[in-house]
Amino acid sequence: MRFAMAIDTRKCVGCSDCVVACQTENAVPIGYCRDWIVEVNDGTYPQLVMEIRSERCNHCSNSPCVRCCPTGASHYDYGGIVLVTPHKCIGCGACIASCPYDARYPHPKGYVDKCTFCVHRVKEGLPPACVAVCPTKCLYFGDTDDPRSEISLVLKKRKYKRLIPEAGTNPNLYFLI
Amino acid sequence: MREELIISGRMNPMVDPTLNIWHWQIPLYLFLGGVAAGILFFASLYYIMGREKKYPAAIKWAPMVTPFLLILGLAALFLDLNHKAYFWQLYLAIRIESPMSWGAWALMVITPLSIAWSASWLKELFPGWHWKYTFLEELETWFIKYRLIFAWIMLFYAVVLGVYTGILLSAFNARPLWNTSILGPLFLASSLSTGAAVIMLMAKSHLERNIFSRIDLIMIGIELFLIVHMFMGFQASTQVQIDAANMFLGGPYTEVFWIFVVLIGMLLPAFLEVLELLGYKIPIAITSTLVLTGGFFLRFIIVYAGQASRYLY
Ligand code: SF4
Ligand code: SF4
Repeated sequence: MRFAMAIDTRKCVGCSDCVVACQTENAVPIGYCRDWIVEVNDGTYPQLVMEIRSERCNHCSNSPCVRCCPTGASHYDYGGIVLVTPHKCIGCGACIASCPYDARYPHPKGYVDKCTFCVHRVKEGLPPACVAVCPTKCLYFGDTDDPRSEISLVLKKRKYKRLIPEAGTNPNLYFLI
Repeated sequence: MREELIISGRMNPMVDPTLNIWHWQIPLYLFLGGVAAGILFFASLYYIMGREKKYPAAIKWAPMVTPFLLILGLAALFLDLNHKAYFWQLYLAIRIESPMSWGAWALMVITPLSIAWSASWLKELFPGWHWKYTFLEELETWFIKYRLIFAWIMLFYAVVLGVYTGILLSAFNARPLWNTSILGPLFLASSLSTGAAVIMLMAKSHLERNIFSRIDLIMIGIELFLIVHMFMGFQASTQVQIDAANMFLGGPYTEVFWIFVVLIGMLLPAFLEVLELLGYKIPIAITSTLVLTGGFFLRFIIVYAGQASRYLY
């Protein structure tokens, strides 16, 4: 099993519903976030291209954050989801420095926190909160090891890119272009 | 083509707009650990080579300061942790892939070793010294009996400690400035140089001071070579590493790096050391202080600049 997410940059309008849904679902402390919106504008008026991406932890298959963690708090969990065990984390910050996507943040309680792909929901067969709430239905979540899953089908049909694969992380967020 | 990047909904403290997760504690620890590693390296090396009479400062006097350096460094490291109550988790796991893990374990070996090493010379350095409890006497006799074996262990861990601080940073491929294998040897050379500076300062004989001033001169030469090599490597690499190098070649870190690290911390003391070898009288405290200042700034600048260097996508 290999959980992954596809984000349709052609459908995303950057409404930030996913950001708020995540903050609510996961009780993210005020002033912090686990997912965010990136808007890239390219060209000069009137020839403009815009891309909007809903970003979060890439749950990398070759995660520098898991590698550098001295205690094993950062680890691969259910379906390859990368998680942090708070009571094992010493808050050294190594994993924050190691993530090329800056997807992690120091939780005010001391441990390090980030997107969990809503593993508590996924285990019950529900989609992550951001996917469930997206008004344009531009987020796809599922198992890329299963060739018949919705995400596998959409990745077969559409062109996509991954962010900084040259960092060697083997990320699992696919941005449909 | 002009590109504009807007990131909304994200302003995580200590991560945005640029990473700022490590403050003064980490570079201070890297510096103190480096100096201690340098001193203990020379102490064990020359002990193994049987130069006890010739280099008393390196083998007996200078190691006295290392327990303090290491404990101070450990305290700084502890202060840096955000989840302090759980620090013991470090010692429930040995993770080969994580330089931080083997660094933590190396410290656990070398700190007590440095204390035992220093304590075992006390009687010789301060005649009249005696241990209050008999078990300490016995411990001392036992340690002195196996001192040669301990020297080998200490030599190994001194190198681990000196190199690991550099490898710790170079393992972070997310930060292009750190992501170079030169950082390991550069930090090792710097720790040997700063260690030699402390020994120079404590040496009483002219011969010993002279030898360590020569060693320091060689180390500075190696550091300069590695620095040039590092920037050449960056310039010939990917865009993110070119950008990283440019922070030092015209960017915000240019002045502090070239003035405090290279000029004040390397070229000036090297010049003074050459003068001294030529027979001029140069107060050793000045040379040592300059070298230590350079080592200190090197760690600070690399740690801070590395956090500012990143991939842009
Ligand atoms: S995106 Fe960052 S935090 Fe997430 S798995 Fe990859 S390296 Fe780790
Ligand atoms: S901050 Fe926590 S999760 Fe991150 S590397 Fe350190 S111990 Fe591991």
